[in-house]
Parts: sequence; structure tokens; C-alpha cells
Amino acid sequence: MNALAAHYAYWVTIGLMVAGLVILITRGNLLKKLIGLAVLQTSVYLLYIVPGKLVGGTAPIVAAGFTTYSNPLPHVLILTAIVVGVATLALGLAIVVRIREAYGSIEEEEILARDGAEE
Amino acid sequence: MTEHFAALQVVLPLVAAPCIVLVRNRTFAWLAATAVSYACLMIAVQLASQVAASGPISYAIGSWPAPWGIEYRVDALSAFLLVLVSLSAAMIAPYAQRSIAAEVPAELQYLVYAMYCLCLAGLLGMVTTGDAFNLFVFLEISSLSTYVLIALGPRRQALMAAYQYMLMGTVGATFYVIGVGLLYLVTGTLNFADMAERLRAVEDPRPVLAGLAFITVGVGLKMALFPLHQWLPNAYASAPSMVAAFLAATATKVSVCVLLRVYVFVFGAETLFERLPTGALLITLSLAAMLAASMVAVYERDIKRLFAWSSVAQIGYITLGIGINNHAGLTGAIAHLLNHGITKGAIFVLLGGVALRCGTGSMKLGEFAGLGRRMPLTAFGLVVAGLSLVGIPGTAGFITKWYLIQGAIARDQWWVVAAILVSSLIAAAYVWRVVEAAYLRPSPAGAARGEAPAGMLAAGIAMVALCLYFGFETSFSVGGASDAAADLLLRGAR
Amino acid sequence: MKNDLVLRVVAKILLPFMLMFALYVQFHGDFGPGGGFQAGVIAAAAFVFYIIVYGLSAGRRLAPDRVVEAMLAAGVLLYAGIGLAGIALGGNFLDYFVLGADPVAGQLRGIFWVEAGVGITVASVMLKLFTMFSARARGDGQ
Repeated sequence: MNALAAHYAYWVTIGLMVAGLVILITRGNLLKKLIGLAVLQTSVYLLYIVPGKLVGGTAPIVAAGFTTYSNPLPHVLILTAIVVGVATLALGLAIVVRIREAYGSIEEEEILARDGAEE
Repeated sequence: MTEHFAALQVVLPLVAAPCIVLVRNRTFAWLAATAVSYACLMIAVQLASQVAASGPISYAIGSWPAPWGIEYRVDALSAFLLVLVSLSAAMIAPYAQRSIAAEVPAELQYLVYAMYCLCLAGLLGMVTTGDAFNLFVFLEISSLSTYVLIALGPRRQALMAAYQYMLMGTVGATFYVIGVGLLYLVTGTLNFADMAERLRAVEDPRPVLAGLAFITVGVGLKMALFPLHQWLPNAYASAPSMVAAFLAATATKVSVCVLLRVYVFVFGAETLFERLPTGALLITLSLAAMLAASMVAVYERDIKRLFAWSSVAQIGYITLGIGINNHAGLTGAIAHLLNHGITKGAIFVLLGGVALRCGTGSMKLGEFAGLGRRMPLTAFGLVVAGLSLVGIPGTAGFITKWYLIQGAIARDQWWVVAAILVSSLIAAAYVWRVVEAAYLRPSPAGAARGEAPAGMLAAGIAMVALCLYFGFETSFSVGGASDAAADLLLRGAR
Repeated sequence: MKNDLVLRVVAKILLPFMLMFALYVQFHGDFGPGGGFQAGVIAAAAFVFYIIVYGLSAGRRLAPDRVVEAMLAAGVLLYAGIGLAGIALGGNFLDYFVLGADPVAGQLRGIFWVEAGVGITVASVMLKLFTMFSARARGDGQ
């Protein structure tokens, strides 16, 4: 029980990662797949930032009287990753809008059926 | 200026893209994209000769020394791939104008060239960088621009293909980031060379193995390793022809370079292949790719999808070479990056010419009938490139298979040799289908006659000529690959 | 929504504070949470707020499409320009040490301009995304 409580942040990370993947794979609606992708990416942000906070560490700005600082590098990396996630989400939504205009639906089965009928 | 070439290699296309967006003129866009492609080729050749003469080049971005700063490291493998990517860009970009003009509305064409420059910058950056997270940034730059380029295909299937590729590609990149995160937690550094050092001192291997597994799946998704290849046939078949040509020549090859960098340089051949079942895993997946994908290609009716499935099979050869894990196998794998890149690029450029003449709808085998009489040069080029896919002596494909077979024999893996020969026979089957349709069937009534525009035809024939050239004169393809393989095995971790 | 008095008045009062906060976040990235990306998003949010209340055509009068596209590219070129300035002044690419009289001043100057470039680009991109999606929804997509 102690291991569970001490590392609860990692359990949340794993939960989000698996939840994101399940949503992405099992849902047929194109928008829901994008939401699953966003949840997966959020779990990655947690994976980086949670270990960055050192026990007893303060904010990473040099100040008198402090010796342990939290690691600022994960924050910079995750900022980049968040920007990439935003760009991916925007691109995905733009493609979904155009798919809606071209096919009239955003359900994967319907779209594949329409493509199959066309062949 | 030459000492900054490692950075300028990536910065030049990265700066060209916003310039193209500012000017908004499609002719300027095409000229800028072409000029940048040629400039990148010259820089790549210069870097390659410098590396061959004096060893790996290390460039500290921002003058922060590694491992605190981001280091751009050009070694034999990077130089080889830089030349491949910029050569493909330089051969395809100048002649893309007619093809893009036929497939994309006029007011959006400048954006296509901007995306192309960003894709080129991303691919070159992935090869040059020596920092794991910087590699992710460039991976996503190239991937996002690739998704946009694919979505611009002429039919509506391109949208679903781009969406599917985007989902799988982003999951792949996310898995790569998770793997890098786990390795960063264990070693405390993001620099590949430093990581290789620090991994030797790690006591508990479990996070490291988990990181390795995540990185393998992530990079495998990007390089269409069987069974993570589902996005490739749709993407290559639906994309605009020149985009498919550029991607077929470069995108998956650069992901293989990333895999090699992580496997052999960071982890080391000994750890990975002796103490873990990586070799068996790679060989199994490669054989599945080579045999299954070739079989699917035999039964495909759409020509572009046929050659896309062929790409999946050929990537199997590359990973087979890595799995065999000796100098000959690795040389064959790295040489195949160049050989297959040139071959597939040639095929898709020629198919682009056919698409331009025969209408840009889906290219079924029926429309190919009688191509030998209607477009003789194009059909001949396709035949020669097809022979290179099969591995007939005298073409580039044969050189690769020669080294792969040598590597397998050195390891006493006779069943691998048999599988290579069987898959070559299956490749002959699907190439024969295309040849039969082109030469032995009468043209459909009312089919368009005449070759593709001179520029596109020249690009395609030039690339086919390179296939033949690299089949005989192997000093660059095999020499460079051999140096890269030796360099990786030597400088990599133990 | 431009007919709703409360929304119009509150929007007019809030907008300057939102933009000022965006500038604050932009310039205090060295000493606290902040920087180019965050500030760009807040600035874009201010413009988006204006468009939601007053309509897309009013928003287009305020920030024309061409200007937003130009700013998008200009931000990236500013970032790359600082990098190339490092080369021109004798250092490596993105070298801030050579940009000022002493290395620390150079670092401050380099980070300032680089973050400015990032902020401009991010604000333009976010605004352009919003206007493109809403124009498409309205039917006069470009």
C-alpha cells in the first residue's frame, strides 16, 4: 500500500496512457480518436514533469539559502511537447473538417463503407 | 562558413519556408524550394567529404558544450543519409512544378513548397542532431508537414490516409518520447554520446529495457516495420505523385537511421544482440514483412498501392540486415537505404508522369495496359527500376541482396538466405504483372499518348540511371555504407 | 453577440488587461512561469474573445488575414535571424554569448529577441487557426 501511495503520480500517468490508447483504438468517431491522442500526450507530460520535482527542492531560480533546486529541464522539454501536441491537434481537426465536407460523416465505419462502395 | 555547415544544413530549408509564406508567389516558392534543395545537396556532399577525411564533426549549438547543450554530430552514417535525403530532394523538387500544378489549386501551391521545405528541414535535422529530444522535435516537424502534403492528394481518400498516418505517426512519436523520458530518468542526459557512456554504469536494467521497447515501437511505427505498416500503402497511394516520390525515398529511411543510432550507437551491438533477443525479433518481423507484403503486392490492382506494399517489403530487407548483426549485414542494410531510396523515388516519379498524362484518378492495372507503346521511355524506366526491386545483377538492388546474403551465410542462417531468394521471386511476380500490362496488353481505346513533360521524364530516367550506376560503381553506396557500419560498430557502446 | 450590452461593455473593459497580461507573461519568462508560447496564446485568446463578441468581420478589420500570415512568418524569421546573427558575430548558430558586450548581457538580449519571435508566431498561428475554422463553419472558407 505504501508503494501505491508514494508513487500515485506514476499510477495516474500509466492510467492516462492506457486510457488514451484505448480511446484512440476502440472509438470509431474521428473526433474521439483525436481526444484519445490528446489524453495519451498528456500522460507523457506527466511522465516528464513529475520526477523533475525533487523532494525538498525549490523553484529553479538561484536564491540565497537554498541548495536543492528542482530540475528545470523537463519543463522546457514539455513546453516543446505541448506545442507539438497543439499543432498536431489543430492539424487533426482541420483534416476531420475536410473529411466531414468530403464524406458527410465522421464515423470511421461509414467512411470506409463509402470508399468500399466507390471501388 | 564551412565550419557552420552542420547547422546551416538544417537552417537553410527552415528559413526558406517562412520566406516562401511571406512572398506568397508560387513561382518564387518553386524556385526557392529548388535552390534550397541544391544548396542542401552541396552542403551534404561537402560534409560527407569532410567526415570521410577527418572523422565525425561535432557542432555545439549556441556554443554550449555537449552534454549541456544540443550537439549536432555528423558521422559516417549521418553523412551518408544527408547525401541521400538532399539528393532525393534535389532530383525531385525542380520537376515537381507541373505535377503539383495539376493536383493542387493555384492559390495554395506556395504552401505546398513551404511544407516541402519544412519536411526537408525536419528530415535533415533528424539525421544531424545528437540530442534525443531535439530529434523528436525534428521528427514532428517532418511528420506534420508530411501529413499536410499527403492530405493535398487529388482524391478524397487522401484525407483519410493522412488522418490515419497522423494518428499512427503521432502515437509513434509519443512512444519515442516516452522511451527517451525513461532513458533520461535513468541516465540524466539527453545527448546520445553521453547516454551511451552512462548506460554502462546503470544497475537496474528494467527502466532501460522499457525505454528501449518504447523507442523500438515508436520508431517502428515511423518506419513502417511490419506489423506497424498499415499507414504506408494508403499514404503513398493517395498522396500527390511528387510527394509520394519524395517520401518513398526519404521518410522511412531517416527513421531507420534513428533506429540504428539508438540501437547500435547508444545501446551497443553486444548488449542488444547478445544479451537480448533483439536479433531474433528483428529477423522474424523482417521475414514476415518481406514475404507477406510482397504477396499482398502481387494481388494489388492499384499500381501505386502495389509499389507501396513493395516498399514495406523492401524495408524488411533493411531491418533484416540490422538483425543479422555483422558488418556485412549492416553494410547491406545501410546501402539499401540509398539503393531503395533511389529506386522507389524513380518509380514514383515515373508514375507521376503517367498520372499527369492519363488523369490523376486512381491508377489501376487496366490503365497501364499498352503503356509500352504509348509512353515507351517511362515504361522502360519502370521496368529497369522493377528489376532493381527484384535484385537482378547489374542493378542497385542486387548489391544489397549480395551483402545481406553474405551476412546471413557468415551467421549460418541458411533459412534467411532462402527467404531472401523466395521474396525476390515474389517481387519478380509483381514486377512481371506491371511489365505484362505495359507491354503485352493492347491500349484501352482513347488512351492518352505521349510522354510525360520533359523535366519530369528526365528526373525519372536520371534516377533510374542512378539505380544502374550504383549497381556497378559501388564505391559510394557500399563504401559509404561500409564506413558507416564500421563506424557505428566501433564507436558505439560496448 | 454584439447586441448584448453586458458582453460588449465587459469585453471592452477586459481586453486591455488581457493584452497587458500577455505582455507581462512574455517579458517575465526569465524570472517566473512565462515566455513566448504562453504569452502568444494569451494574446491570441484576447483577439479570439474580441471576435466571439463582435463577430468575424470586425475581427478581420482589426487583424487582416495577410497581416497575420506575414507576422507568422516574420516571427520565425526573427528567431532564425538571431541564430544567424550569432554566426555573423563570430560564434556558433544561436550563440547568445557574442550578442552583447559581455556574455551575460548577450544571453539576456538573445533570449529576449528569440522569445519575442516565438510570441509573435504563436499569437498569429493561434489567431489564424481560430479565424480559419470559424470562417469554414460560416461557409466563406478560404
